[in-house]
Amino acid sequence: MTELERRLLNDFQRGFPLTPRPYAELARCLEVSEVEVIEALARLQAEGAISRVGPVFAPNRVGASTLAALSVPPERLEDVAALVSAYPEVNHNYEREHSHNLWFVVTAESRDRLAAVLAEIEARTGLAVLDLPLEEQFHIDLGFDLRWH
Amino acid sequence: MALNDDDKAVIAAVQAGLPLVERPYAAIAEELGMTEDQLILTLSRLVDQGQIKRFGVVVRHHELGYRANAMVVWDVPDEQVAAAAAAMVETQLVSLCYRRPRRPGWPYNLFCMLHGRSREETLGKLATLRLQPELAELSCEVLFSTRRFKQRGARYHEKGEEA
Repeated sequence: MTELERRLLNDFQRGFPLTPRPYAELARCLEVSEVEVIEALARLQAEGAISRVGPVFAPNRVGASTLAALSVPPERLEDVAALVSAYPEVNHNYEREHSHNLWFVVTAESRDRLAAVLAEIEARTGLAVLDLPLEEQFHIDLGFDLRWH
Repeated sequence: MALNDDDKAVIAAVQAGLPLVERPYAAIAEELGMTEDQLILTLSRLVDQGQIKRFGVVVRHHELGYRANAMVVWDVPDEQVAAAAAAMVETQLVSLCYRRPRRPGWPYNLFCMLHGRSREETLGKLATLRLQPELAELSCEVLFSTRRFKQRGARYHEKGEEA
């Protein structure tokens, strides 16, 4: 990974310029050309290191969301995971080491739609959904400090 | 702060990320039939109001070598939650820290995320957390993620959808 790539990944996770030529501003900061910035970001995106350059929304300030979990019999895990992932309202879906072994985040434009998705997942899988909505947030998300050495 | 229809259209247009072109806001604004200025002002307002908690490069931990990611769940007496959370955040080791409700069979009410390049590194961070006096006596469980079935940004107002 080049120094330019490291700095692009680490230094601009927040406060990205909301100005007409944002990549040119990054370029000035990094003392490279605008084209170099755009090409490096495109490369990082193609490699999967960056999911996007854009907004991270505050949970429950835009629409409604919850963290949900299922205890899935191991032999059904792949099928149930695929069923859950197929919902456009599901944005994260992970297997975790626990008797509650499938964890997913559901976001929807309204609380009603959120409740409907959870009810449908319960009905289609025959498994009880553990619904754990956020009650209080303590950490101000400043992005992820990559701390390369 | 309620969202108006323009806000929802802007959110739908930017949630998958900016295009990598010289004038990304102009490109999105044109799609929306608004001016570049209007789009930038709307985004600035959503940041100021807190609906957008940050705007920038969103990295994917796993692809950057952080493969030992754990959700740690804690059972904290209700009156101690704020102090325990403050102690966690203070260490700068956790990337998220949320209070969530207890449920029957689920006693844990405080959640944080730890990321490491190996299980040893992540468990080392947990050991450091547990040195905090507010956390030392609490019961917790570590849920390492073993498979990622889906990961992307939240989608709220899909294009063309009546919100």
